[in-house]
This record gives sequence, structure tokens and C-alpha cells, in this order.
Amino acid sequence: MKRILLSREIMLAFAIVLLTGGIALRFPGFIAPNNIALVFNDTSILIILALGQMAVILTRCIDLSMASNLALSGMVVAMINAAFPGVPIPALIGLAIIVGTILGAVNGLLVWKLDIPPIVVTLGTLTIYRGLIFVISDGAWVNSHEMSAAFKALPRSVIAGLPVLSWVAIATIGLAFFAIRRLPLGRSLYAVGGDPHAAVYTGIDVGKTRFMAFSIAGGLSGLAGYLWVSRYAVSYVDIAGGFELSIIAACVIGGVSIAGGIGSVGGAVLGALFLGVINNALPVINVSPFWQMAISGTAIIVAVALNVRSERTKGRIILKRAEAAV
Amino acid sequence: MTDLPVLTLSGITKTFPGVKALSDVSLSLFPGQVTALVGENGAGKSTLVKVLTGIYQPDMGKILIDGAPVIFASAIAASEHGITAIHQETVLFDELSVAENIFIGHAPCTRRGLIDWKTLNSKARDLLARIGADIDPNTPLKELGIANKHLVAIARALSVDARVVVMDEPTAALSHKEIQELYDLVDRLKAEGKAILFISHKFDEVFRLADRFTVFRDGKMVGEGKIEDTNSDALVQLMVGREVSQIFPNRTSVIGDPVLTVAGYDHPTEFADIGFTLNKGEILGFYGLVGSGRSEVMQALFGVTKPTRGVMRIGGKIVIIRTPAEAIQHGIVYVPEDRGAQGAVAGLPIFQNVTLPSLVRTSRKGFIRLAKEFALAREYTTRMDLRAASLNQDVANLSGGNQQKVVIAKWLATQPKVIIMDEPTKGIDVGSKAAVHSFMAELVAQGLSIIMVSSEIPEIIGMSDRVIVMREGRLVDELARKDITAEALIRAAAGIEEVTS
Amino acid sequence: MSLQDDIKTRIIPDRLNSRLSGYLKSWESLLVAVAVAVFIINSLSSPYFLDAWNLSDATFNFTEKGLIALAMALVIISGEIDLSVAGIIALASTAMGYALQFDVGTVGLVAIGLSVGALCGLFNGVLVTVMGLPSIVATIGTMSLFRGLSFVVLGDKAFNGYPTSFAFFGQGYVFWVITFELVLFAAMAVLFGILLSKTNFGRTIYAIGNNPTAALFSGIRVDRVKMILFLLTGLMSGLAAVCLTSRLGSTRPSIATGWELEIITMVVLGGINILGGSGTIVGVVLAALVIGMVTFGFGLLNIPGIVMSIFIGLLLILVIALPIVYRRVRKG
Repeated sequence: MKRILLSREIMLAFAIVLLTGGIALRFPGFIAPNNIALVFNDTSILIILALGQMAVILTRCIDLSMASNLALSGMVVAMINAAFPGVPIPALIGLAIIVGTILGAVNGLLVWKLDIPPIVVTLGTLTIYRGLIFVISDGAWVNSHEMSAAFKALPRSVIAGLPVLSWVAIATIGLAFFAIRRLPLGRSLYAVGGDPHAAVYTGIDVGKTRFMAFSIAGGLSGLAGYLWVSRYAVSYVDIAGGFELSIIAACVIGGVSIAGGIGSVGGAVLGALFLGVINNALPVINVSPFWQMAISGTAIIVAVALNVRSERTKGRIILKRAEAAV
Repeated sequence: MTDLPVLTLSGITKTFPGVKALSDVSLSLFPGQVTALVGENGAGKSTLVKVLTGIYQPDMGKILIDGAPVIFASAIAASEHGITAIHQETVLFDELSVAENIFIGHAPCTRRGLIDWKTLNSKARDLLARIGADIDPNTPLKELGIANKHLVAIARALSVDARVVVMDEPTAALSHKEIQELYDLVDRLKAEGKAILFISHKFDEVFRLADRFTVFRDGKMVGEGKIEDTNSDALVQLMVGREVSQIFPNRTSVIGDPVLTVAGYDHPTEFADIGFTLNKGEILGFYGLVGSGRSEVMQALFGVTKPTRGVMRIGGKIVIIRTPAEAIQHGIVYVPEDRGAQGAVAGLPIFQNVTLPSLVRTSRKGFIRLAKEFALAREYTTRMDLRAASLNQDVANLSGGNQQKVVIAKWLATQPKVIIMDEPTKGIDVGSKAAVHSFMAELVAQGLSIIMVSSEIPEIIGMSDRVIVMREGRLVDELARKDITAEALIRAAAGIEEVTS
Repeated sequence: MSLQDDIKTRIIPDRLNSRLSGYLKSWESLLVAVAVAVFIINSLSSPYFLDAWNLSDATFNFTEKGLIALAMALVIISGEIDLSVAGIIALASTAMGYALQFDVGTVGLVAIGLSVGALCGLFNGVLVTVMGLPSIVATIGTMSLFRGLSFVVLGDKAFNGYPTSFAFFGQGYVFWVITFELVLFAAMAVLFGILLSKTNFGRTIYAIGNNPTAALFSGIRVDRVKMILFLLTGLMSGLAAVCLTSRLGSTRPSIATGWELEIITMVVLGGINILGGSGTIVGVVLAALVIGMVTFGFGLLNIPGIVMSIFIGLLLILVIALPIVYRRVRKG
């Protein structure tokens, strides 16, 4: 029973283990603990974003604006840091999350109050947020030397053997597990996406739940914004351009159904890790990193095909013998 | 027994575009008593349940609890006022566990607002035990069969500490043993002093359980009283409300040679061993309870689903139908039960709906000729006596009855041999109903053949030349015109040897 | 004749309002007004706007994207979406560049570009219809796959050295300032306009977009129509790849990055319902013109393209939100 419950995640975990194992056969260095930690650290931001996107997709919506949100929130804190190096870093992180949440809430409000299809709303805000970066920065870069040392150091500083960036991802995963499992909102996400019509019968406010999901995705994009600009020590208009689709890819590979209501924290994390492993493995096995995009594209198609197969309804069960067979 | 009602509805009216679902309905529920609500499909029972549970807000009328007026703005409000319901539609979520499905929307929480899984699971276990369901609360819902899902829905209704329990056909999907357990449960709830509104099509359970009855017809309350003062004949009389022969067209059928022969149709989950013959000029009724597989068989005939086995002959020749397009080519058309989802294309104007399957005839070399389209649409909508502002009007703005006329006109324009009509008068007003019926009579008089799926006994009796009864995906009985009686139909459909009364 | 008979024999009119009044209230007339306004504002704010050669140059802002938008409009009306179009451009362009080393002539290059585009479209169509995948995720996958293959072939290199005659498609003039691309776009717009509004095929696209189940139940071969639409979109992407490659004179794997979202914006702005079922080619053409002129005008005013994208994004949300708000306000 448990196995059925976890099958998608187990299959994916198995694929990742097989992949890393295969690589390790010829390049044992790849599974050295510090390299695995490196891969995880490299995937941390994608994991954080995929968890936010999962909340949105669970409610039968989609957020294409996450990467733009990330870049805008990141630019805001980078510019503040450059202009006022004295502002404490926790305040900047808080600000990044607040900015991100507001940008996400704008998406959510448009979906909730005006019933505009999420894909249109976030397609619009994708370009608007990206454009706003140019407006506030005037197209200028915030370079490494303009950022304070503390600003850049935080994600890299090592605690208990892992960089803070990894710890943030781990904390986000933990929080997501907790929120999905223990908060009534977490369960509502599934109900709203699984059957919005039926959710009304249970007294769940569908629009408000979607609004919350967009706000959460926005908040996590904001957090990722700070992490991105501080880790790469640069901020400009185009950072994380096109990343919105990688985030959706991570979710889809992780078994989150684009039709809503199906998906798990473990799946989304594994989906992101799968992409991370591929990204990091290619240079190790001497395959041109230019293969990365084609491989992740194929992975998405295979993952969606597998999801659709398992979700396909097989008609009503009317015959007694058929019911017995289920 | 006290005679003060817990809940009273008075003068409730609810209108939808084109249909008056409830008009000036009153109803009282008493503590410790079961009130049976009976009526044909479309009589307004489900609408009443939705009004009672806060899904719909009535246009007019009052809801009183202990004599004080209340307003149910949402499902939550209704449940806070102590009303709970087992809905006919599933209000369950496949991806959540059984326990969660029972408590979603009102899960037990710790003081910090977190879901208390321990309490939730143990409460769910208690509830399931209480209704005699042997289900592990941790199981994901999607692993359950239909009957068990239904038990979960019942447990969900009881998870609210309610004074009023509404049960909308709670035994429809249950087996004999589970039904007995449900009866015990109803008895226990009664003993606890709960007021129960019990909706059912099965007279045996109505007489087994109910203390009082209320009869609905066409959105109106037409009779009520104590169950010991009535009998099944009287109830049927109230439900139908008129002499059966009066409302259906008088016709003398001239039945010809076989048009369509089906043999050995099988499907892995939906139906098994379906075989019958349809003759020229005949109306063949298909009767059965909701969910007995009638629509599924029809959709297989129409090429929507594929049987795993079976042969179809049209006019003696074997034909293979894999898509609706091929069915139409062979002269078989299907008026679906779900008009909104499968019949009318809302968003397209009336004339485009009518010409959709006949575009080849109205066009030249693939190019649309509007004048021809309008002419064809006009010809058939006039025959159907359609009421509309213009042929260019969006079909979505028509009433249910007129939409149905458009759907039928669409099929007549293809000049079919066999028309399959799935609940042809479901949810349409009385006037349109009569129009559809007389039109069906006209069609068979012209030599067409009709398969009519219906859950309405008067319609089956009034229209059919012959009736096939289905139960659990199989054909269980066939009645010639002279043998068609309400009792015979109900007995065959429910699979009972003798109707208890 | 009694009143009863009158009602009985009454005739339902074909239409209530004249077609003219329908046109005046349509989305397209609003777009025409916007286009005229943009045109006037632009001519007033910059003396260089009304220059024939400048205007001619400006058409490149929308012709290639517009070609794809025409086909994308049909896909979206049918209730699907294709996010892989820019990926198809990259792959088709790469295939043409790759063929250069075998001394393929201009005709051959065009044939290769078009057939790679068509094959990619066919692949999308198979995923969506035969395998039943939701098009939005399936084409996110093929978007990465197609562009990814282009990266595999090219890496950080580029293909150059297209034959001189090949340059005509993206750089040639048919007559005076009228470019080949503009003529091609106009011709395709007419073709797609006729296909959508005047043929049985076009009618079935609307039916499928409004209600795929009822369309199937009316005997329409839904999967076949969708397959053709994805194939058409692939083919048009191949055609756009020919034009763009010819104009740039080189192929890099990053060619046309982000175009999929710009094209969808163009389509939605043109009044195509993103949920399927309604919209016209005239609207899409007008939206292409508006976007092209706005881009050009902003360019003349030295406003960077990225700021213009804010404007387009706001326009996209506003044009959808305003009618909704208007209806709400009017209702009470």
C-alpha cells in the first residue's frame, strides 16, 4: 500500500540513484560526499523555487513569473546593499521575501478577484517584473565589488559542513513538508486542484487558496532572489532568464500533475535534484554541457508521459467483477 | 415524540436560466424522525439539498432553525448550523487519505492551528467503525472501490456534530449487506434524536425507514404526510401526478424489419454481454437505475468508447464503428444525457450547432456557404418548433428544452436511421417535454428507429414499444409493450424478487 | 389569423443585428483604434517615424513572429498551446546551417528549414493527440529538446556563410520599400484568415475549442484536427526560421530566445481567448501591427525595448481585465 503511495517518488529516486551510480562506475569522484554536497548546493535555488511552483500547480494554476520575480527581488536587495552597505543582511533577506510575496500576491489577486487565466496573468507579469528591473536599475549591473562582503558571504559560509545556501534549501524542504502535512491550507491545495467544484462543498474558498499559493510562490521567489544575486555576486536585468520553465520542468519531472491536485514535496525536490545531477554530471563524464538542455527536455516528456499513463481514467467501474479486480 | 420541527423551509424558490428548479417549496424536519423525499428525476430534490447545505442560495423563502430564521451563505455556514449531507455527487478527493476526506474543511487542529493527525485518524477510525465500514483511515482514497468511497462519504457527513442529516440516495452504490448496515445506522441516528431527510428512489427502503414523506413534482411540493397513511400506489400517483396515457402521444406503432443488431458487446469495467435487436419504426426503451451502465453501452454503440468484443450489424451487414464520425456515417446518432458537456457547443451560435455534423453538405469544396447553412438550420429548427431570438444566437443562452431541440435538430439534419436518446427530457420544462415526445412519435412513424434511455418510469411506459432493463452493466430483462408496468421495471432494475410494502 | 397562429408560424430571423454593428462592437475595431492612435502619437513625437524606409525596417519587428502567431492562433482557439515554436526555429535554423557544409543550394536550404519545422510540429502533435499529454507541459519539454539539440550541434559556435541568394528571404525587397517578409506575412495572413473563417476546417477548430467533447460527439475527428494544427505551427515556425536565418545571415543556438511568450502575447492581445473557442486572424494581424509600431516608436524615442515590454505586459493584462471589470460594474 505504502509502495503504491510513494511509487512516483521511489521511481524517480531510483532513476537518480541509477544515474549517479552509472556515473560513479567510471568516475568514482562523482559520489564522493563533498561532490554530492556540491551538487545539492548547486540545486538549492531550483529546489526552493520548485516547492513554490508546486503549491501553485497543485491548485490547477501555473506561475510563469517566478524567475522575473526572483530577478526583481534580487535586484532590489542588491541595489539597497550597494547604496547602503550598513543595512543588516537579515533585514535585506526579509525585504526580499516581502517584495517577492507582494509580487506573487499581485498574480494571486488577479487570478482570484478577476478570474483571469493564470497563464495570461503570469505571462504578463513575467514581462512587467522583468521590465521593472530595468526601470529601477536603469539597465546597470550591480557588480561583485559594489556588494558588501557580508552580503556575498552568507550563502557560502559553511555551517556543520554545508554552505548556508544548502541549509536554506533544507529548511525550506522541511517547512514545505510541515506546511503541506500539518496546515489546513496545505491540504486545501490538494482539494482545490483535485476538484474545485467539490472543494466548494467542503467550505474551502477556492480563489483564496489560489491567492495564498501564488503568494507563497512569490515569497520563495523573493528568497531565491537574494540567494541568487549573493551567490553569483552579480545582479542585472537578465539573471535567471528562462529559468521559469526549468522550475516547471522540475515539478513535472517530480510527478506534480499540471492538471492539479497531484504532487508531493518529495517529488518536487527529487525532480529538481534530477535536473541538478544532470547539470553537474555532464562535465564530469566529458559530455559537452550543451547536451543538458536536450536531456532535460527529454526527461520532461518522459515524465509527463508517465504521469499521464498513471492518471488516465479507465472508465466507470460498473461491473462487479471489475470492482473486485481493483 | 415532540412535534416541533428542528428545521423548516418555507416558500423556497430557486430559478436557473430557463428552469424554475424549486417553486414555493415548504418542508419540515422533526427530531428523531426520518422524512422521505420522493420524486422523479428533475423534480427538484437535488436542488433542495443544495439549498439546505448552503451551496445554492434561494431566490425567495425562509430557512428556520428552531423557529429562528437563518441564512446559509456557504457550505461552512450550513454545517455550523448543524446540517450535514451525504451528497449524490462525490465530494471526495482521490489524492487525500480516507481520514482526511472525512475531515477536510473541518479537520481537528491543535491549539496552534496545526492539523492534529492523531486525533484526526482516531476519530476517523471511530466514525468508520460506527457505520460498520472496514476501511483503514490511512488508505489513499483512490485505492477504494465505489461502494467504499460511498461509505467514506457517509462517514464524512457524520463527522459533523449535526442535528439534521440529509441523505441523497445513500444506498445507490451499496451492496445488500452494506445497505443493511446503513439501515441500522439510520435507526441509531433516529434514536439519537437527529432529524433525517432521506431521498431515495427505492420504495422498499422508504417504507422500511421513513416516518413521514414529502413528494416533489416539477419543483413543487405536491404532497406530504405520515408514512403509515400512504402506500406505494398513492406515492407513485403523487409523483407522476397525472394519468400516464394523457401526456404521451397516442400512436400506433408499425414495426418493421431489424435495423440494428448488437451481439456480445463487452467492456472491461462498464458492461458485459450486451445483445439486442432494434427494429424499424420502433422505440426501444432502456431502463435501469442511475449508474447501471446504460449510457456506457450507448456511447460504445456510438463509437465513443470501444468494446473489447462484440459485433454490430446495420441492415444485416457487419459494421465496425470506432469513432462517432463513423457512427454518423452509418446513420447512428446520439443525443447525450449531459447536454452541456456532450451535446450543445456553447459559444457557437444555433445555426452552427445544427450544421456541425453536416458541414460537408452545406459547403462547397470545404468552403463554408452561410446561406445554405442558415437554410438547413432553419429547416430543422422549425420542425423542432425551436423558440429563439435568432439563429445567430449563442446556444448557451437558450433554455434547457430549447438546447435539447437544437441538439435533436442537429442530428435530424444528418438524416439518420437510428437515434439514440439518452434521458431525452431530463431537466427540461413540461412544454418542451411534450414537444420532444410528440416529435419522437412522429419520427418513428416516418420509419426511423429510436433507442430511448430513461430513468423516468412514466416516460418509459408512455413511449416504449419494448423495454430492456439493465442492472450492474448487464441486460437483465426484456419487456414487451403489454408487460411494461412500473412494478416490473422497478423489480428488474433493483434485482429484487418481491417488492416489499 | 389569430395570435396563436402567428406565434406558431413565426420565423426566427437569421440575425438580430446587422453584421456592421457586430463589427463596430468587436475587439478588432478597438485594436484598429489603438493602432491608429499609436500611429498618430508616433508620427507626432518623432519626425523620423513617417519615413518610408524607417517604417519598412520596422516591419521586421513583427513579421517573423507574426507568421508563427497566425498558426499559434489556431492552436490556441482549439484549446491547446505550443510553447516550442522558438525551439523549432533554433532547430530548423541549425539544420539549415548544418546543410551548408554539403553545398546545399538555397532551394534545398528552404526545403530543409520547412521540413524540420514540419517534423517538429508533427512530433508535438503525436505527443498531444496520440499519447494524450497536456500540450502546455509537452511543449515545454519539446521546447528544451529542440533548442537543446541545436546546442548539441552548435555549442558556442555559429553557422555562417549562407549563399547570397538565400539572403533574399530576410533582406530582400519585392517592390520599393516593401520587403519580402512583409509580403509573405500578408499573404499568409490572408490564407490563415480564409482557412479560419471561411472553411469547414476553421469551423471545426472553433467547435473543438468551445467544447471538445461535444465536437467529438458531433462526429469531428478532434485528434486529427489538432494534429494538423500542430503540424501547421511547426511548418510556420520553419518558415519563420528561414526568414530569420536569412535576415541574420547566421545561426546560433540562442536564436529567437523567448519568442514563444512574445508570440503568445501577440495572439492574446489579438483577442484570441487563451482558453480556446474564440478570436479572429484579423485581430492577430492588428495586434502584430500594434506591437510592431509600439516597438518602433519607443525605439525612435530611445526608450529601451525592455521598458516597452512592461507596456506590452500591462496591455496584455489590461485588455483581459477591463472587459471583466466593466461587466462586473455594469451588473452592479
